[in-house]
Amino acid sequence: MRYLPLTETDRSAMLATIGVDSVDALFRDVPEQARLKGPIAGLSNHMGELAVERHLSRLAAKNVTASSVPFFIGGGAYKHHVPASVDQTLLRGEFLTSYTPYQPEVTQGTLQYLFEFQTQVALLTGMDVANASMYDGATGTAEAVLMAARINKRNKVILSGGLHPHYREVVETTCGVMGMDIRAQAPDWKNAEDLTALIDGETACIVVQTPSLFGHLRDFTALCDAAHAKGTLVIVVVTEVVSLGLLTPPGEMGADIVVCEGQSIGNGLNFGGPYVGLFATRDKYVRQMPGRLCGQTVDADGKRGFVLTLSTREQHIRREKATSNICTNSGLCALAFTIHLSLLGEQGLTKLARVNHANAVTLADKLEAVKGVKIVNDGFFNEFTVKLPKKAAKVLSKLAERGILAGVPVSRFYPEMDGLEDLLLVASTEVNSLEDMDALVRGLEEVL
Amino acid sequence: MAMNNQGRDSTPHAVTVDGEFVTFTGNKALQQEEALIFELDNPGAVGVDLEAPVTTKTRLGGVKTRASVGLPSLAEPDVVRHYTRLSQKNFAIDTTMYPLGSCTMKHNPRLNEKMARLPGFSDIHPLQPVETVQGALELIDQLAHWLKTLTGMPAIAMSPGAGAHGELCGLMSIHAALDARGESHRRRVLVPESAHGTNPATAAFCGFTVDTIPAEENGRVSVEAVKAKLGDDVACIMLTNPNTCGLFEPQIREIADAVHAAGGYFYCDGANYNAIVGRVRPADLGVDAMHINLHKTFSTPHGGGGPGSGPVVLSDALAPYAPLPFVVHGKNGFDLVEQAADAKGAKPFGRLKGFHGQMGMFVRALAYILSHGADGLRQVASDAVLNANYVLASLKDVMSASFDGPCMHEALFDDRFLKGTGVTPLDFAKAMIDEGYHPMTMYFPLVVHGALLIEPTETESKQTLDRFIATMRHLAEKAKAGDLAHFQASPRLTPRKRLDETQAARKPVLRWVKPAVPASAPVGVAQAAE
Repeated sequence: MRYLPLTETDRSAMLATIGVDSVDALFRDVPEQARLKGPIAGLSNHMGELAVERHLSRLAAKNVTASSVPFFIGGGAYKHHVPASVDQTLLRGEFLTSYTPYQPEVTQGTLQYLFEFQTQVALLTGMDVANASMYDGATGTAEAVLMAARINKRNKVILSGGLHPHYREVVETTCGVMGMDIRAQAPDWKNAEDLTALIDGETACIVVQTPSLFGHLRDFTALCDAAHAKGTLVIVVVTEVVSLGLLTPPGEMGADIVVCEGQSIGNGLNFGGPYVGLFATRDKYVRQMPGRLCGQTVDADGKRGFVLTLSTREQHIRREKATSNICTNSGLCALAFTIHLSLLGEQGLTKLARVNHANAVTLADKLEAVKGVKIVNDGFFNEFTVKLPKKAAKVLSKLAERGILAGVPVSRFYPEMDGLEDLLLVASTEVNSLEDMDALVRGLEEVL
Repeated sequence: MAMNNQGRDSTPHAVTVDGEFVTFTGNKALQQEEALIFELDNPGAVGVDLEAPVTTKTRLGGVKTRASVGLPSLAEPDVVRHYTRLSQKNFAIDTTMYPLGSCTMKHNPRLNEKMARLPGFSDIHPLQPVETVQGALELIDQLAHWLKTLTGMPAIAMSPGAGAHGELCGLMSIHAALDARGESHRRRVLVPESAHGTNPATAAFCGFTVDTIPAEENGRVSVEAVKAKLGDDVACIMLTNPNTCGLFEPQIREIADAVHAAGGYFYCDGANYNAIVGRVRPADLGVDAMHINLHKTFSTPHGGGGPGSGPVVLSDALAPYAPLPFVVHGKNGFDLVEQAADAKGAKPFGRLKGFHGQMGMFVRALAYILSHGADGLRQVASDAVLNANYVLASLKDVMSASFDGPCMHEALFDDRFLKGTGVTPLDFAKAMIDEGYHPMTMYFPLVVHGALLIEPTETESKQTLDRFIATMRHLAEKAKAGDLAHFQASPRLTPRKRLDETQAARKPVLRWVKPAVPASAPVGVAQAAE
């Protein structure tokens, strides 16, 4: 077995040192009836690398990859080009096979990139401070709601109808079990909801998203002012983080907590995970934050260095009084984010955002020319909602048969709800060529 | 004058401070000082070439755009060099033995990485039509089958993002099952004092109260201590097995039976599953729910703190409450149940994560599992336990073992052997760093004083263990010989010496801020935080 260095000679010598006859003797505390006598039946035995590659390559070949077709699916995960140097650099064993940086003298590499990551996230979101990452945007949003409730000791939560349904469900599940009163609004595909009227003195926080699930862009400045007047916190969610290269950051609108899905920068689609949750807030709330924080300090010689800090918020110190139970988070995905964003830099990120928007505008213009197709949005970044003259799920299937992955039917998120069947979410990023767009237009003309 | 072997003067020409060789740059050959990426800003440079936008027309609906972000600009070579240099400041399994107890730092096979990067897995979107991702769903189904069969459990929830998230999944399943039984008054969770911090934190996160069970003298939990805490308000016990002292709980069946008889459930923390995989099935121990850290037992890389993956196996009693989404066998192949209405009789407690779980980790874990097979996984547990016992047997005369052997996959020592030396477990650990080893877990578990928890894993050779043992013996003897100064000044050879954690917490500096005046002093020295 190629991963197991002990030889039979080693094992015998080691058993002699220990003073037992067999490995079985080391398992003597296991109840007799629970000790298995041999390998578990019904499972295959060990395989060489070639055999494993064949097996998994066959499974991989059954999937249609995003790069192989005209591809317009978004809905909270986006197909972007990730430079080769991102993956090649994070594959360095010193990053890949290191643990959480508990011994700072021998993990300055991890700690410094976390410090850079935190800074990048704070800059992007326009906030004071960010943590070292959450599992993903959805879990980060639930943690943000719990954090808001810790800050103002209130129990009511208002979720915008523009919030991604998975995020809404994770909040309902995670915060619901804590007995919080969660008021989720109806899907706001027309961008018409007015949340200000719902805020009262009991409201812990209000959760909004821009661009929304339906691609609408919102300025929450007035909402933040109204919420703050009632002591309510505003949590702004961003599922397409590239948009922050172009649009006003939530921090400038007055957000108290910003949660983003960071997948778009540095991370592939990976069928939904692992991704990376970005979590940022104001300085005054830092001690109520969940998750790990990296901080700057000095070493015994006075040289700058980095450590994990404010750990008294965390489970391994505070146990049941911790701000969260999170331990392992998304370290390597955060590194991918940091390397990609460093490659982009100011100029690259801004340009990438403009290219995304330009492609989406071009596609929207082309689609509007198709008979019966309407673009719902006034404004959008790289994703918008299309109203079709037929059921979107059926149109999508027919296009998939033609080798076009056209988007996400809104009914996939809301199968029970009337009036949403003809809505399709369509995203266009820098990876889409004009030929891809024309293929979608032709496909739609054929199936409608 | 010092001479080299060619008779030339080899006296250092650089300045020395306190006898230490100092270079002009602050670099020490392979050890490079490295500024923050923000301090390397090279305005005008760019690391990614993008084509010009196809149109300048915008459709932003009147919302404002931002003036600037404040990111630095660098070309690709400088970015690659920056992060490569940072990588060289880390210990990792690839470069050294990393015997961090409770963390299972085993070799991470590169085949796993190669497989996870197959475009058929890495370049598919979670919301593609299910007919275009049949291979992905089949892979999830195959991994689920392996994990269920290895543990003997009938059901599994695949979506949790890490171990603590798996604990949350297990406890929420229990919460839902109790509510369904009309026993919502059961809100007390029993947690042994040796438990990982995540256990009580998770219980509190679900709205349960935590009741601590004291450990016995022998490091185990006794059935009597559990029975003394049972009552009709108990929701479950959270028990780690093997426990955090590296010991198998011999009364585990009796504990499970007592908890079940009292109407509670048995949540097993599976962080230490590596000790028993393929040799013991948790189902045979009476477990109702157990998370499996794919980033421990099944070798998906830790990556400096994630991503992990924490699938949870469930008993028949808890299976109906497993969260959305899950994979089922449908009429036309595999299907994905994403809505409670489609769950056919099951009552999912909700959703824990966006999309469908940590697919990238599933691929890696299945590559590892297929490589080992049922026979190899059994050997994994055997060798992990053998290695730990070999370390225990080879060190117990110079270091103080907390409990009599045999242990399972990790060996626990405490600081009695350092008594009177002035050397703390922290000092001891820092001295190990200069010798080229990542320290063991320190000061955990809390049930012994000054814990030193060593988990070698099965992927260390006897040669490596023998060198490690010799080093530990050397350090233990050095401590006993009274060389306190050596330990207190350790580590000396790392890129940074001991860091001031008190200052970091007292005056938190959590991000870089552009200085008012550009710094001109050598990197890393004059820019130290004031």
